[in-house]
Amino acid sequence: MQIPVQGFMYPNEVELQWSVLIVLYPFITGLVAGAFILASLERVFRVEAVKPTYRLALLTALSFLLVAPLPLQLHLGHPERSLEMYLTPHRSSAMAMFGFVYLWYLMAVLLLEIWLDYRCDIVVKSKTEKGLPRLIYKILTLGSDVLTERSLRIDERLGYFITLIGIPSAFLLHGYVGFIFGSVKANPWWSSPLMPIVFIFSAMVSGIAAVMLLYMLSSRLRRQQIDIRCLDKIAQYLMYTFIIDFSLEMLDLLQRIYEADESFRSLDFMVHTRLWTSQVIVQILLGTLTPIALLGLTQLFSFTDSVRKRIYALAGCLTVIGIFAMRWNVVIGGQLFSKSFLGYTSYKMGFATREGLLTAIILMILPFIILWILVKILPPWTDAESISASEEIPVHAAS
Amino acid sequence: MRRAIPAPKVKLLFKDIEHLLRLAAVMLIAVVAFVVLRAAVVPKSFGQYGHYRGDAIAEVAARPVAHAGHEVCEGCHTDVVDQKKLGRHAELHCEVCHGPQGRHADDPASIKPPLPDTGVICARCHEANSAKPRSFPQVASADHSGGLACNTCHQPHRPKIQDQAKPATGAKR
Amino acid sequence: MDITRRRLLALLPAAAVAWEFVRAGTPELSPNYKTSDHWWGMLIDITECIGCGSCVRACAQENDVPEGYYRTWIERYHVTDYAIERPHVESPNGGKDGFPLDQDPSGKNFFVPKLCNHCADSPCTQVCPVGATFVSPDGVVLVDKNYCLGCRYCVQACPYGCRFINPKTNTADKCTLCYHRITKGLTTACAEVCPTGARQLADLKNPKDPIHEYLRTHSVQILKPHMATGAKVFYNGMDGSVR
Repeated sequence: MQIPVQGFMYPNEVELQWSVLIVLYPFITGLVAGAFILASLERVFRVEAVKPTYRLALLTALSFLLVAPLPLQLHLGHPERSLEMYLTPHRSSAMAMFGFVYLWYLMAVLLLEIWLDYRCDIVVKSKTEKGLPRLIYKILTLGSDVLTERSLRIDERLGYFITLIGIPSAFLLHGYVGFIFGSVKANPWWSSPLMPIVFIFSAMVSGIAAVMLLYMLSSRLRRQQIDIRCLDKIAQYLMYTFIIDFSLEMLDLLQRIYEADESFRSLDFMVHTRLWTSQVIVQILLGTLTPIALLGLTQLFSFTDSVRKRIYALAGCLTVIGIFAMRWNVVIGGQLFSKSFLGYTSYKMGFATREGLLTAIILMILPFIILWILVKILPPWTDAESISASEEIPVHAAS
Repeated sequence: MRRAIPAPKVKLLFKDIEHLLRLAAVMLIAVVAFVVLRAAVVPKSFGQYGHYRGDAIAEVAARPVAHAGHEVCEGCHTDVVDQKKLGRHAELHCEVCHGPQGRHADDPASIKPPLPDTGVICARCHEANSAKPRSFPQVASADHSGGLACNTCHQPHRPKIQDQAKPATGAKR
Repeated sequence: MDITRRRLLALLPAAAVAWEFVRAGTPELSPNYKTSDHWWGMLIDITECIGCGSCVRACAQENDVPEGYYRTWIERYHVTDYAIERPHVESPNGGKDGFPLDQDPSGKNFFVPKLCNHCADSPCTQVCPVGATFVSPDGVVLVDKNYCLGCRYCVQACPYGCRFINPKTNTADKCTLCYHRITKGLTTACAEVCPTGARQLADLKNPKDPIHEYLRTHSVQILKPHMATGAKVFYNGMDGSVR
């Protein structure tokens, strides 16, 4: 497969190393971090308005976090050796250390927080359900059915503490991904101290937008009245975070243009040609400026609830697309130009190959399937039925 | 329950954190399992010289050699050495034209390499190109020989025509 | 006259011993070789390079380098007048089949052979997550192909573009400075065949190696010094336009 090269590239550079799956990876971990930050707004910062989305945000984070290693496994030349990263991690390698950050975040933060928040429901369901669900809940209780007031209070305090350390952990999770790119001095498109910060903020933006969209979608599917106050609050946070994110990216761009160092001419040409559609049109115009403008409109003018909801939905969709485009531009863009600054190559994405478009699509659908399963096992909503069910079974009293 | 007795309070406390203790136990088991796995699976030579498998160095060094090196060639082909050392190709090593001859050196009787095609290999060095150093002997072959093979006139081991005692022969053993 | 192996052994003990050694190919390093005695590098003299491509071919044959990938390659530079920041560069098939006749002989033209620089502070070994690539005690950057995951982080981290993923092993691959040769007293395949001596193996720890005198008497450079990689491939006569 001949890849067309424009100008000169070092002979080994012509073929891209990291494919669309590596674009997916920061996108997915970004959604995780962002969803978690939104959840922590309620828990730690006592933003009451966003409470309806608390559990949904946690489950969303978990669904995406479980899928996150899959694009990496599919990309490796030897996935069967991937355990080596945990057995003999190279401490100077950001990638190796990230394996532990991921593990920490999954085990000590997310799973623990979800378990503690849901434990009461899990114990109740382990007594009320029948058959396979009963077994699942029984396992999830870890064999303990204690629901004393004191134990629940302890859970609450512990959960608060975990959310507290979960916030910097979420920053670390996605900031590290930014550092994996930002620390590569060989690549001027990536190498920047701003990279972890930009990644964190764009992660928050995508996560908040994703949870907002999921909340709207799930409310519609359940035919439930949406809490418009909650939605307004989320949209407000989305807008502020987006403004910070956009400012950071523009700061990086302006600095590059002004300093115009050795790499600039080559990168500038690349943006104007190969990345024009994905960066200028999709990421900046459609994916950043338009949502910010839409959200700004809702802050400046008053619209009816239904109009506002439509605006939020549109802004949310554009945001998520825009952040995906940003990941694409970073990962793929960083490999389209030669390190000699004298040439450019192209990315030939396969379709039904191991690292092709179809694989990427399946991997993006998978978290929603997992989320659907999680919502069934651990419903985020307390509607009338489940309240009455739990009232029937007395809380296990201390004897 | 009577308050004065300390024992029931302790029992109460334990019950309240029973689920957390079970969780801690699960985590402890996982950690122990990881440590055991690590001891079993990590290669023994890992860390011997640095953060890598020490055996890898010897494995890389164990690769069979393809080019014998000119000293080995010169050990047998002394007549070629005598011829070559008088001419402009004196410093040239054998395998640049003849290719890797490790297998031939291993079993000279049964493995005989084909003679290089002078129509192809000479031009690689001597075809005129402005990027080559000016002092390097180079010709535009179309003008120079009109497409004839180079060994029509030049003996590759002693290429200067004025030095030719007899026309080119293949090195025969 | 039939030369049998026995006759060869009788004729030349030194060469014979060397060759037996070379053939041994056992997984232990040659007994006489101590890694602490050596610190390997390479010297490339651009004023001597004729761009014949012999080194690229020899390397491919010595190391089974797959088609389309290059452990070493040659670039041809064409620099017009003072446009030192915008040279015209090409490397058709890595220079393996030599170079076609140049269209524009004006300006400054020269060849630059490139390979792994075996950096003392190598960025590629820094980023490897598992320790599959490393700097050996004698200064050669190697890849452990039985341990490499194929994550490609090292390929991204190399500023010189000398690494690739070998499609046969699905692991990272690159110039090994012919480690299997230099540990047996031979030189690298590329230096062995270079017709003009433009490529020379250098042992920086050996006080008798001619590299020391050479470095003292010539103006040499390394590629991309601002990257502070501790590159150990030294170039004599390298123009400022070389990337």
